Amino acid sequence: MSKRRVVVTGLGTINPLSNNVNDSWEKLTNGISGIDNITSFDTGNLPVTFAGEVKDFDANEYMGKQHARKLDRSAHLSIYATEQALLDAGFSTEERMGTNCGIVFGTGIGGIGATEDAVRVYDERGASRINPLAITQLMPNSSTGQVAIKFGIEGPSLTITTACAASANAVGEAKNMIENGIVDIVVAGGTESGTTPMTIGAFAQIRALSTKNDTPEEACSPFDKNRDGFVMAEGSTVLILESEESAKSRNAKIYGYVVGYGSTTDAHHITAPVEGGEGAVRAMDRALKDANLSVDDVDYINAHGTSTPANDRNETSAIKTLFGAKAYEIDISSTKSMTGHLLGGAGAFESMVCILSLQKGVIPPTINLNTKDEECDLNYTPNNAVNKDINIAMSNSFGFGGHNGVLVFSKS
Amino acid sequence: METNEVFEKVKGLFVEDLGIDESKVTMEAKLEEDLEIDSLGIVEVVMAFEDEFDIEIDDEELADVSTVGEAVKLLHSKI
Repeated sequence: MSKRRVVVTGLGTINPLSNNVNDSWEKLTNGISGIDNITSFDTGNLPVTFAGEVKDFDANEYMGKQHARKLDRSAHLSIYATEQALLDAGFSTEERMGTNCGIVFGTGIGGIGATEDAVRVYDERGASRINPLAITQLMPNSSTGQVAIKFGIEGPSLTITTACAASANAVGEAKNMIENGIVDIVVAGGTESGTTPMTIGAFAQIRALSTKNDTPEEACSPFDKNRDGFVMAEGSTVLILESEESAKSRNAKIYGYVVGYGSTTDAHHITAPVEGGEGAVRAMDRALKDANLSVDDVDYINAHGTSTPANDRNETSAIKTLFGAKAYEIDISSTKSMTGHLLGGAGAFESMVCILSLQKGVIPPTINLNTKDEECDLNYTPNNAVNKDINIAMSNSFGFGGHNGVLVFSKS
Repeated sequence: METNEVFEKVKGLFVEDLGIDESKVTMEAKLEEDLEIDSLGIVEVVMAFEDEFDIEIDDEELADVSTVGEAVKLLHSKI
């Protein structure tokens, strides 16, 4: 039996650029950064004072204080993005999605803000004052459960915590669920809200973050010789994945197809990629084989492109290893240059970017790419978007732990 | 402290801290059905009471509390 085809019928996002899909796309294709000084807390003596924060979003206003205060911010963002995506796909958010709908969500660190708050209270006031909602806010599957409750999603559910590959894996596993006929619809997404004091401090301790505090908008510079680390960002993005026949039977609009998924593990080091990116090569190769495509078919790669010295060098190397001479012809870009690193929310956001690039025929740029690095010598679409009719796009996501998740999307 | 004062303080906690609609908070209101305070929420409410009135409430004392009025009565007896 041939596998069922999987389409994308709805998109929703809230991220440092904007709180909706269209405006996010406008900013991406105009090379606008969503990175700025941190405003949600006093950065005090932190070595990094900027991030990609979600702006103009008041959870109390959105869902009412009685509901909002029970959830960590990462779950507020998840519910907000899911509501947009379901409406975009033509579903009523007043009715339960039911047993034919599953949910797969990715997150790197779940309700880390709630964890930090609870530890602070425990230290200051003791165990009897810990927020009784702390566990349900901090558990990594909190968003999955809260979104399912909100929209009545009763099919299978999974929460994936493969760090920065989490929501790429979420989209991939959701695709497999539909291909295999388990359900017709899956809410696939990712969320993260780790722009919190301890978390930023801890990432800074491992020298993973850019410290260009004086120029936040220019700090994330993937593939540039002067790149010095990634930029923390928060947000949630959701894609409604659906079997092609289900989408057609209800006359839903089809953005594009999810055609390939590859997942591998470096099994090498907990943070550093294998030199040369061998795990990434295998993941890209598997995703293409899953899609029954060859390297010659790929038009665009939305790179992991974090702006750390190690990632961008090794990702470049991995692309060259797999694609050979073709590597120099592919349009590549890192939209993290504008959003910062959404961690567990990155794969879903960048899946959305690929789907929109295919649909609209525009490749968003890598901004802040000004100084050539001899080790990063591919075409990264520097600073300006390119109009190009493309058919196949690939999205790379690699996470701490050595997790590699690669997705392939097709226009038709 | 008069019963009425205790009620006003309880109402204040429900509205300001827990985000419950002020018009719903009456002496007759049922905590679970009317105010949508679930089992996790009750723990929060107890913590808020303990902080506000500087008292300790045992789990057994909560057995007979299902309305705002019963909560007010319990609190009134302890302060």
